[in-house]
Amino acid sequence: MSLRVDVRARRGTFIVEAAFHAEPGRTLALLGPNGAGKSTLVDVLAGLLPPEAGTVTLEAITLDDATAGTHTDPEARPVGVVFQGLLLFPHLSAAENVAFPLRARGIPRQEALRRATELLADLGLADRVSARPRDLSGGEAQRVALARALAAEPRLLLLDEPLSALDVRSRTQIRALLRRTLVEFPGVRLLVTHDPVEAMTLADRLVLLEDGRVTQAGTAQEVRAAPRTRYAADLVGVNFFEGRLERLDPGAGRIAAPEGDVVVAWPHDIGTEGESVIGILRPADVALHVQEPEGSARNVLRGPISQIAIEGERARIHVDSSPPVVAEVTLGSVARLGLHEGSDAWASFKAVEVRVLPP
Amino acid sequence: MSATTGRSRKAHSTPVGLSLLAALGLALVALPLLGLALRTPWSRLGQTLSSESALTALRLSLVVSIAAAAIGLVVGFPLAWMLARSRFRGRALVRGLVVLPLVMPPVAGGVALLTAFGRSGILGRPLHEAFSVQITFTTWAAILASTFVSFPFVVLALEAGIRSIDERLEQAAATMGASRWYVIRRVTLPLLGPQIAAGVVLAWARALGEFGATITFAGNLQGRTQTLPLAVFQQLQTDPEGAIALSLLLIAVALSVIVALRARFLPAS
Repeated sequence: MSLRVDVRARRGTFIVEAAFHAEPGRTLALLGPNGAGKSTLVDVLAGLLPPEAGTVTLEAITLDDATAGTHTDPEARPVGVVFQGLLLFPHLSAAENVAFPLRARGIPRQEALRRATELLADLGLADRVSARPRDLSGGEAQRVALARALAAEPRLLLLDEPLSALDVRSRTQIRALLRRTLVEFPGVRLLVTHDPVEAMTLADRLVLLEDGRVTQAGTAQEVRAAPRTRYAADLVGVNFFEGRLERLDPGAGRIAAPEGDVVVAWPHDIGTEGESVIGILRPADVALHVQEPEGSARNVLRGPISQIAIEGERARIHVDSSPPVVAEVTLGSVARLGLHEGSDAWASFKAVEVRVLPP
Repeated sequence: MSATTGRSRKAHSTPVGLSLLAALGLALVALPLLGLALRTPWSRLGQTLSSESALTALRLSLVVSIAAAAIGLVVGFPLAWMLARSRFRGRALVRGLVVLPLVMPPVAGGVALLTAFGRSGILGRPLHEAFSVQITFTTWAAILASTFVSFPFVVLALEAGIRSIDERLEQAAATMGASRWYVIRRVTLPLLGPQIAAGVVLAWARALGEFGATITFAGNLQGRTQTLPLAVFQQLQTDPEGAIALSLLLIAVALSVIVALRARFLPAS
């Protein structure tokens, strides 16, 4: 009883190949940078783009099976979509927009409008039912689009970048509303976004999509603990090194990354010499100094501070060394060390702090 | 006198030669209208226009032009939709064919209609032989002639309109359970409202003034095919004042269309 996707789809020369599954009563976030193929997958799931190969099944229904030549048309799918850009019908009022999926399925006008009005009232739009889309604020339009996607009680709810068009204030508001609505929705919820905050606050599981391929799937904790790509590492804010593994001495090796080497404890569980590996380093494990430090840390890198980003009581210091690293320190340390953008700093971390993973 | 102010000799002044030619152009339009106004038998205008023959011609003109515009919409929308949306071989040829009546001399159009629907035409002959149906010299022939010359206006207006619609709106409608017909009925056509109005009104105005194809293909039979323009032509030979009155009526109708659509077609000054 779930959504299973294993498809190859083509749009122009761009090809998306993705396999993932999602469970009812849970929210899956499809997270990726712009141009990764997220909207192409939305179109495949909505039935607007038949896949070139592979299958899409929802519960017991096969929606697509390219080999068997099966393709369910969009109008026959139990899918509700909040499109990027919303696509509200400009010639219809808010209530008529929400009633559209009901009327299209043969429910009489009065009954459809009554249910649409109820849905809009549930989302706090009781006084906007007769407004045209052009007269709605961004947040109001977003709620109308959400109501419209829910109106026909679909079994799969697709939300394509539901917050991207909103200003900061209504974004917070709609995110809270979205979280409530998602929890109440009994079917499969699929949230498509490029915003990691959106993905991690609204979804139970993440599927990372980059350049038309799934690069990682798992819970936010799993991705945070072991990001598989630089994009994933950036999302969860950890340092990421990728290169060939070379032996230094019996207990240690180094990752020869193009931007510079990193010394690591020899990973006995994986890899042999010369293989490509990934190194993950938490910024909190990086120490900063204004003079060359003495101690046992085998990685000591020097470079100018390129950026200081303050998050609450802590600061993320970007050191433009070889390779570049990000250190997370307290605001107190920033003041005590007198760190500022442009000044030189030494970053140090122990070899054992770098987690080595197969690529 | 404006030359003494100095300012008017700059960007906003018009060269003398250009002014003269512009005045000539204006006179070309204004003089005939002036002549019509001066020669109109104003005292017996009401009497002339309410004569049986004038009323018959007016009624027939309205029936023919409205029917032509309606038929134009019914067959023009599918054609426009195909031209805007479908990718098929020979699309350029189809578009060329569809707009041909716009540039084709109407008399030639009438002759062409005869060769197709006349009693010995490629469709007209079998129709006549099988069902004794004759199209020529009937009101249907007048409607057919008017539709022939006017429906390209509908196709062109609607094709441009359909192209300007965001196809994602129609796709979104499909994901909401709407069949293709339902999408056309509830999304595409409502969004095309302004273009439908523009295309239909233009086609109607063209059909109202139609003369050459009608007289060639449908003939000039009072009460059946003699529309207002044909009545004007006939009156001119026997009763020039009556012809002037009828012309005035045609112009009045055309003018009312321009006034109704001025916001859309005449750029604001």
